Amino acid sequence: MTEERRASATSNLSLEQRAWNIRRKALLMGEVQGQGYIGQALGIADILAASYFHALEYRAEDPEWEGRDRFLLSIGHYAIALYSVLMEAGILPEDELETYGMDDSRMPMSGMASYTPGMEITGGSLGHGLGIAVGMALGLKRKVNPAFVFNLMSDGELGEGSTWEAVMSAVQHKLDNLICLVDFNDQQADGKSTAALAQGDELKKWQAFGWHTQRVDGNDLSAVVAAFDEARATDHPGPRVIVFDTRMCKGVDFLETREITHFVRVEADEWSKALAVLEEGKPQ
Amino acid sequence: MTIASMQRKYEPRKVQLGPDGQRVATTAMIASLAAEGYDTVAAPFGHALVDAAKKDDKIVGLSADLAKYTDLHIFAQAMPDRFYQMGMAEQLLMSAAAGLAREGFNPFATTYAVFASRRAYDFIAMAIAEENLPVKICCALPGLTTGYGPSHQATEDLAIFRGLPNMTIIDPCDADDIMGMVPQIAAHDGPVYTRLPRGKVPTVLTRHKPDYRFQLGKAQMIREGKDVLIVSTGFMTMRALDAAEKLTADNIDVAVLHVPTIKPFDAETILAEARKGGRLVVTAENHTVVGGLGEAVARTLLTNSVTPRFRMIGLPDEFLEAGALPTLHDMYGLTVDKVAERIKGWL
Repeated sequence: MTEERRASATSNLSLEQRAWNIRRKALLMGEVQGQGYIGQALGIADILAASYFHALEYRAEDPEWEGRDRFLLSIGHYAIALYSVLMEAGILPEDELETYGMDDSRMPMSGMASYTPGMEITGGSLGHGLGIAVGMALGLKRKVNPAFVFNLMSDGELGEGSTWEAVMSAVQHKLDNLICLVDFNDQQADGKSTAALAQGDELKKWQAFGWHTQRVDGNDLSAVVAAFDEARATDHPGPRVIVFDTRMCKGVDFLETREITHFVRVEADEWSKALAVLEEGKPQ
Repeated sequence: MTIASMQRKYEPRKVQLGPDGQRVATTAMIASLAAEGYDTVAAPFGHALVDAAKKDDKIVGLSADLAKYTDLHIFAQAMPDRFYQMGMAEQLLMSAAAGLAREGFNPFATTYAVFASRRAYDFIAMAIAEENLPVKICCALPGLTTGYGPSHQATEDLAIFRGLPNMTIIDPCDADDIMGMVPQIAAHDGPVYTRLPRGKVPTVLTRHKPDYRFQLGKAQMIREGKDVLIVSTGFMTMRALDAAEKLTADNIDVAVLHVPTIKPFDAETILAEARKGGRLVVTAENHTVVGGLGEAVARTLLTNSVTPRFRMIGLPDEFLEAGALPTLHDMYGLTVDKVAERIKGWL
């Protein structure tokens, strides 16, 4: 690790600045490939900033440090967003940014544990993360390790039956070291998530299973931080979920207002425009 | 159940009596293949796992509501704090086992072979095999070992898992294989799928070859013979050995090569035996003839330009009937008599 990166990981930037940096890196990677799940990356940036610069315990220089909180990316296609925060945190080197999605890159388009330091699991086949999180939380308890397991999933994964197997199991085993983060942007491949499988009252469902529940605006950093704090501090004797309502493409207004779909089309000349728009909104 | 037999759905039926004049009932789920004239060992997997776990404190056991039916209850009773009941949720079973393996544990996950290979496949593939995690998937009711019908008959599990990179695949014959296998797969740093004879499991291999010991990845000659070479796996090695004895009455000298490890495949031993002078080579497996041992042997022989006369014994490419197990074994050619009869016909 270079001195420069360690400095970036330990400097005293605000969470707003971190989130802005994450968005910028994601756009730069999108520009490299001419494509990417940029809508999701821009939408989740605030949650990732709060995760890696407020909520999580980790050591950038030792991504497999036994005491770290485990952060599982169940949604493999959000990898572009996680690479951005892993670079911002100094876990991945920033000078590899331009290798994103290229041959021999450590940052393939879909996130895989076998390729990338800091990527705990192989996501992408949706509905896997929470079940693996249950096993890891059980394992941590066996080892009397006080670390937490965070599983980041999408609202689309609420349609997978395996998610609900894990929801029940986490309560059965009283996994108070498990925090599930749901990115609720109400978009999946064919359209609105809530139009694909009737989702009802999301919080009431999790509550009925026995989870500690919160639902906050995922693009309101102070609300996100408070939710992370509550999820860790509560004395609820079981697992915790935070449902984050997020806006796809947050931070780049002309993309935000575009007809939002799962895979946002960005024309070749629009990447630099998006970066310019982001630049205008740079936090002080 | 063929398409033709489905057409008989509305035909009235009468009670069928067996050869002894008694009613033949569907074998209960808990029944074993013990009635073969061999000594048996009760729950060899459960006891072997307890022994292995005494030496390796990273071993944990998980089941999806089938501990009692996979002999894992022995482990659960002996080491209750190392057993996880995951409920009737096979996708979770495999995912959670992957998570425990990520945290440094050595998980043994049990269910029925149909549920692991069909329902939980994606989770085994992506959460376990792609990551080369040391999860040991141990599954009862392999192939045709229950009369409950296709919902419980895992006739294509070996074919499914053979296509999965990193996966070690075992089809043990008997209690000797299971007791030898458990410590070896416990020590293996990668994913394993093993079929699991459970309940009262016969002791076959050491009766025929007293110095037999299971070796992971190795095929072993159990019996020599100059006319026919049977290459067999799972309980079909027991059938092969009994058929070989029966065929001595006809002066047919049958060798039996037991191949408990299906992947990685011991091509070297199989080729060496198949090259030995003019024997008819017959594969025998408790599995569909599509994608199992027989095709693995055929590929090995052909790609090495070894071309003996070659025949396959296995289950047909069909959903099988429900009924009493002995009836079904006879129907699908897995009995000693049927194996011997077909070999005679081929000579």
